[in-house]
Amino acid sequence: MNAIAGPGRSAVPHLVLGGIAAAVAWGLYASGLGADILRYQKDIVYLLKQHLVLVGISGSCAIAAGVGTGIWLSRPWMARWAEGAIQAVNMVTSIPTLAKLALMMTLLGIGALPAIVGLWLATLLPIIRNTYEGLRAVPAHLVDAARGMGMGPAEILRRVELPNALFVIFAGVRTAMAVNVGTAPIAFLIGGGGLGELIFTGIDLQEHGMMLAGAIPTALLAVAVDFLFGQAQYWLVPRGVNPLRNS
Amino acid sequence: MIRLDALTRVYATPQGPVTAVDGVSFEVGAGETCVLLGPSGCGKTTTLRMINRLVRPTSGKVFIAGRDTDAVDPVELRRGIGYVIQQIGLFPNMTVAENIGVVPRLLGWNAGRRRRRAEELLALLALEPARFLDRYPNELSGGQAQRVGVARALAVDPPVLLMDEPFAALDPVNREAVQDEFLRMQRTLRKTILFVSHDIDEAVKMADRIAIFRAGRLVQFATPDTMLAHPADAFVAGFVGSDRTLKRLRLIRVRDVMVPLAAGEVPAGGPALAPDDDLRRAAALFLELGSEALRCEDAGGRVVGCVTRAAVAARLGARDGGGMDAQGIAARRGDEGGAA
Repeated sequence: MNAIAGPGRSAVPHLVLGGIAAAVAWGLYASGLGADILRYQKDIVYLLKQHLVLVGISGSCAIAAGVGTGIWLSRPWMARWAEGAIQAVNMVTSIPTLAKLALMMTLLGIGALPAIVGLWLATLLPIIRNTYEGLRAVPAHLVDAARGMGMGPAEILRRVELPNALFVIFAGVRTAMAVNVGTAPIAFLIGGGGLGELIFTGIDLQEHGMMLAGAIPTALLAVAVDFLFGQAQYWLVPRGVNPLRNS
Repeated sequence: MIRLDALTRVYATPQGPVTAVDGVSFEVGAGETCVLLGPSGCGKTTTLRMINRLVRPTSGKVFIAGRDTDAVDPVELRRGIGYVIQQIGLFPNMTVAENIGVVPRLLGWNAGRRRRRAEELLALLALEPARFLDRYPNELSGGQAQRVGVARALAVDPPVLLMDEPFAALDPVNREAVQDEFLRMQRTLRKTILFVSHDIDEAVKMADRIAIFRAGRLVQFATPDTMLAHPADAFVAGFVGSDRTLKRLRLIRVRDVMVPLAAGEVPAGGPALAPDDDLRRAAALFLELGSEALRCEDAGGRVVGCVTRAAVAARLGARDGGGMDAQGIAARRGDEGGAA
C-alpha cells in the first residue's frame, strides 16, 4: 500500500515543476519569445547532444570512481588514512567549480576533455564523501552478525554494508548530479561546448530568445536528471532501510 | 561436543598486554546448555567469540565434535554454528524470510527451499509465517525480532549455538516469555548451546552447566544446583547472591522430594502440588498455610504422595552433588535418559 502512495508523493514536486514549466511555455508562446526560441531548434538539438555527452561521461565516471573510492576508504585497513583523505576531499570540494574548470584548462588545454575532467572532479567529491560516511554509519553489530554467520568480506560488503548505506550513497549521487548538470553550461567557457554556448552567447548579444534556448533545456535536463535519480533511489534502496518508503 | 583446552587471549594495549581470557578449559556435552556467567569484562564474551573464531585465541584449542577448529576455515566453521547476539543484528535491508535465509543462501540452497525453511522456523518460534515472512525488521517488536534472530541462527540446523546475551535487551516480561519458549524448543532440538549472560536468574533458568568467570579466569564450572549449593569461593557466593537457597528451589521438582502418602498424614482438601511443580510453589504453600506436609496430586486429581518440610530441608542440605545433578538435568529435559 505504501508502495503505491510513495512514488506518487515523491513525484509531486516534479509535477508541480512541470505545471510551472507549462505556464512559462504558454507565456513564451503568447509573448512571441517562443517563436524566437524555436528558431534555434537545430542548435538546441546539436548542443544538447554535446551537453548530454559532457554530463553522461563525467557523471557516470564520477559515480563509478566515487563509489569505488568511498568503499576503498571505508575498509578497515584504510582506517588510518581515511579521515585525512576525506579532509582533503572536503578541501577540494570547497574550490568553486569555475575555478576548477579554469585549473583544468591550464592543465589540459581547451575542449571537451578538460571540461569533462573538471565536471568529473566537481561531481566526484560528494559521492566519495557520502559513500564513505554511509558505509561507516552501518552499525558495527550488523557486520559482527554477518561475520559470525560465516559471510566473507566481499559478501558482507555486497549484502550488508552497501544495501544499508545505499540511501546515503544515493543522496550523494543526487547532490553530485545536480552540481554536474548545473555546472555543465560553464564548460562552454573552456571550449567544452554544450548548451552553455547558447546561454553565454545570448547574454553577450542580449538575445533573450537565444539565451532561453539554452537555459530552458538546461533547466529541464536538471529536473529530469534529479527525477530519474530520485526514482532510482526510491526503487533501488531496499524498503527496510528506505526512509522514503517506510514512514 | 565442545571442548576448550587452556584457551587464552592476550590483547596488546598501550598500557601493556592485558589477558582477557586466561587458560580456560571446560567441556560441554552434546545437547547441553552451558551459560558463561560473570560481571562485564570478565572474558565470557571473548571466550564465546573464540569458539567461532571471531577472536583468534592467543593460545589454547577449541574442539567441536572432536575436531580441532584451528584446522577448519573460519568462514566454513561459522556457517556451521548458529550465532545470536544481544543487538540481534537482523539485517534491516532484508525481510524476515531473507534474514533467516542468509546462511542457507551462503550454502547454496535454492529460493524455494530457503522460504520453506523460514516458514518452518517461524512456526516453531510461534510467529505466524504468513504474517511475518515478508516483514522488514523495523516492522517487528523487540520480542519478535529476537525470535527471528534465533530462527536465523537455527536456519541450517547447526548442532551448536552460540548466544551472546541474546535476551538482555528485552523487557522483563518479554524476556521471560522468550526464555520459556526457547527452553521448550530446546527440549526437542537438543542443541549444544553456549550462552553468555550476566544474569544469575537467567543462568539458573537456562543452564545445564554454569561456567562462572572472574577477570578472565574460570572460577567454577558446575550445574546450577551445585553452584548454588556449594559456591567455590566468596566471589561466586557473592555473585549468586545471598538468596541462593531460594534460587535452588526452582531447580528441584516436587517429584524428586515426594514420599508415599501414609493415610491420615495430610488433610484432604486445600491446595495440592503437582509432581512437575518446582519447589518454589511448595515453599510458598508451606509459608502460606503453615502446614508441615502438602498433598501431591497428578493431573487426574489422584493423590500420588506428599511433600514434607523435612524432606525439602533434607534435599536442600544434601551434600552429594553429582548424583542429584544428573537427576536434575534429566528432569529439566523431560526425559529419563540423564546427562549425556
